[in-house]
Amino acid sequence: MKNRPEIQPTHPLEDLVRMDRIPHIWCSGCGTGSIFSSCLTAIKQTGIPYNKFSMVSGIGCSGRGAGYINIDSFHTTHGRAIPFATGIKMAKPELNVIVFSGDGDLFAIGGNHFIHAARRNMDITVICVNNLTYGMTGGQVAATTPHRAKSSTTTAGNPETPFNLPLLAYASGATYVARWTMLHARDLADSIEEAIRHKGFSFIEALSPCPVNFGRRNKEKSLDTLKKYYEKTIIRNGANPAEADIDFNKGVILGKFLQISKPTHDEMYKKMYGQSKPNEELKTS
Amino acid sequence: MKYWRVPLDSEDVQVIRGTVCILKDRCKGCGYCIEYCPRKNLEFSKEFNAKGYHPPAVKNEDCLNCHYCELLCPEFAIFTVEAPI
Amino acid sequence: MKPQILTGTHFINGDEACAEGAIAAGCRFFGGYPITPATEVAEHISVRLPHVGGVFIQMEDEIAAMTSILGAAWTGIKTMTATSGPGFSLMMETVGLAIVTETPCVVVNVQRGGPSTGLPTHGAQADMMQVRWGSHGDYEIIALAPSSPQEMFDLTIIAFNLSETYRTPVFIMSDEIVGHMSEKVVIPEASKIKTLSRPKPTGRKDKFKLYKPGPNGVAPMPAIGDGYNVHVTGLTHNEKGYPVMSVDTQKEMMHRLLGKIRNNLDDIIMTEEYLLDDAEFVIVSYGVSARTSYTAVEEARAMGIKAGLLRLITVWPFPDDKIRELAKRVKGFVTVEINMGQIAREVERCAAPTPAYLAGHPGGSIIPPDDVLKILKEAF
Repeated sequence: MKNRPEIQPTHPLEDLVRMDRIPHIWCSGCGTGSIFSSCLTAIKQTGIPYNKFSMVSGIGCSGRGAGYINIDSFHTTHGRAIPFATGIKMAKPELNVIVFSGDGDLFAIGGNHFIHAARRNMDITVICVNNLTYGMTGGQVAATTPHRAKSSTTTAGNPETPFNLPLLAYASGATYVARWTMLHARDLADSIEEAIRHKGFSFIEALSPCPVNFGRRNKEKSLDTLKKYYEKTIIRNGANPAEADIDFNKGVILGKFLQISKPTHDEMYKKMYGQSKPNEELKTS
Repeated sequence: MKYWRVPLDSEDVQVIRGTVCILKDRCKGCGYCIEYCPRKNLEFSKEFNAKGYHPPAVKNEDCLNCHYCELLCPEFAIFTVEAPI
Repeated sequence: MKPQILTGTHFINGDEACAEGAIAAGCRFFGGYPITPATEVAEHISVRLPHVGGVFIQMEDEIAAMTSILGAAWTGIKTMTATSGPGFSLMMETVGLAIVTETPCVVVNVQRGGPSTGLPTHGAQADMMQVRWGSHGDYEIIALAPSSPQEMFDLTIIAFNLSETYRTPVFIMSDEIVGHMSEKVVIPEASKIKTLSRPKPTGRKDKFKLYKPGPNGVAPMPAIGDGYNVHVTGLTHNEKGYPVMSVDTQKEMMHRLLGKIRNNLDDIIMTEEYLLDDAEFVIVSYGVSARTSYTAVEEARAMGIKAGLLRLITVWPFPDDKIRELAKRVKGFVTVEINMGQIAREVERCAAPTPAYLAGHPGGSIIPPDDVLKILKEAF
């Protein structure tokens, strides 16, 4: 072999990873690590000092993300990453707060928090690793599991209809909405960077294979899932989120659905409450 | 590479070459880098790593330093650096 | 800019006094959700916080309210929320997270009758065991019970100080009666108010351990952005803060969590005694019930029964030793509380074999002194 360095240099993302905690828990063929890697790349690309970031996760496979990033990071309770992040952001608005969590965490148990943070245009970046199932608990049906897909609690197929996450985010008032797959690693990293810089509530859905708990029951190896991501997706920036339901038979839309400028919660709060108003006399004064 | 017409500046253009670095004991053998390397430059090695997976190996040193394997790898186990010319 | 501390004499209700106490203690973030009879705390502090450079947010539910104050607390500021029974039930999940991540914050429960929606506009003291054991797992907590609007102010400041000292959530277990009662509240000068803040870590950042206990068993706490790159998790974790799923780590962590309270009981526990020196019968009470208990003691004495009052200012940790000591020399105990026997069980546990009784009812009003006298007469 030619030109092979004798001593290998370190991986370029190692300064952002708690290397003493590697290997991480994610299975072989899981896409969470790839999305995490894209997220770290995006943080690096911004050039913003690392101590101006904070990552908050909920519970689940992707909820472990906060445990591997070497910045101030919080692994909270199931579904509560967004209100925790809201507290951080309101108390210290100069921080870039990233929520890295899964579809079950953000959209089932934490669904209410998601729509309200979007409604408020809270200036946080929410990255949802969507593997269409509850991976950590063994592959139960999720709010994102496709209709008729099999899970350990819907063995004859899912009788329900899943959420269309970009549409939900859009309808709730998010001001940046995008969707990528883990295979679109470069687009995903660039999109996360753009979302971090975006003022307001930004939401990025990142599709990820779960070969062990979703793929196994639906006859889909991780490379089969990636093949679908490659062949059955179409990038259409500015597409109508109402058409963004996940149906690989008709094709899945990726891209940036929306980016609009609107005052953030922090900006509005400062504007309206930044200093005491004479008409707000207190009973006690 | 074959062109139907050789570009006029083909003599002047210097294609960046890369070197793939593999931290093979970190690998969990998902095969993403092998399947999606744009140059098809990687293959599963015959050897096992410490975890019992077959890590990737460089097939034909045709890396263009695009960093795609680096970005896609879930394990921080592979990356590319610019090769000395 | 309004003054941070409204020094002077005021006629305000308990909820408002609590909000003023929080401001005086240095609270700068409040995440709330409306609920009778605690709403006035949120309403008052929503006006006051912007005056002092703080932030108020009304979240989408009590789970979010409680979670938001933890996030804000990690930016290095003092935070609070206030609720009542139904909201308190929702907060229990995050109370556990606050305990295990050793996040200082203050939670006010203005108690109303339960279970479930219960008696929203009537007082009770029936969440006293919920605050102790409501979240899953083993833990120790600190809970204070104010008896008056003045104490709503004073104890809120003490709650923040305890919370900052021991890196733990501290609960103010008020009730609808004290919360909605308007009385004279004296707010002292700023220089007379003692406030404490969590110690910050010093030393090398690369060697830093987030939960390495200091001299009093409590670890110093950095804020987000200080450069310590902390990892905070609700999983069982080692001193560094990293999750470790092992029996040994669980044991080490639990001993630290329980120890920081159990080894500092003398610093934490506050009680008040009234005519206890020669008492043969001890009335144990707290919060609004202690107010009627004073009258019961006086009336009992007038009838020739030597009664005295032990008022619990901190209900949790429970003053086991104090009750045991009294049990050696008195003839009996009566616990006065607006529930069907919660703290009464603790008294009974510590008093045995000295008899202990309950003067309680299911909630909705105060315990009349006559009820206490009746039990004193019947039992002894």
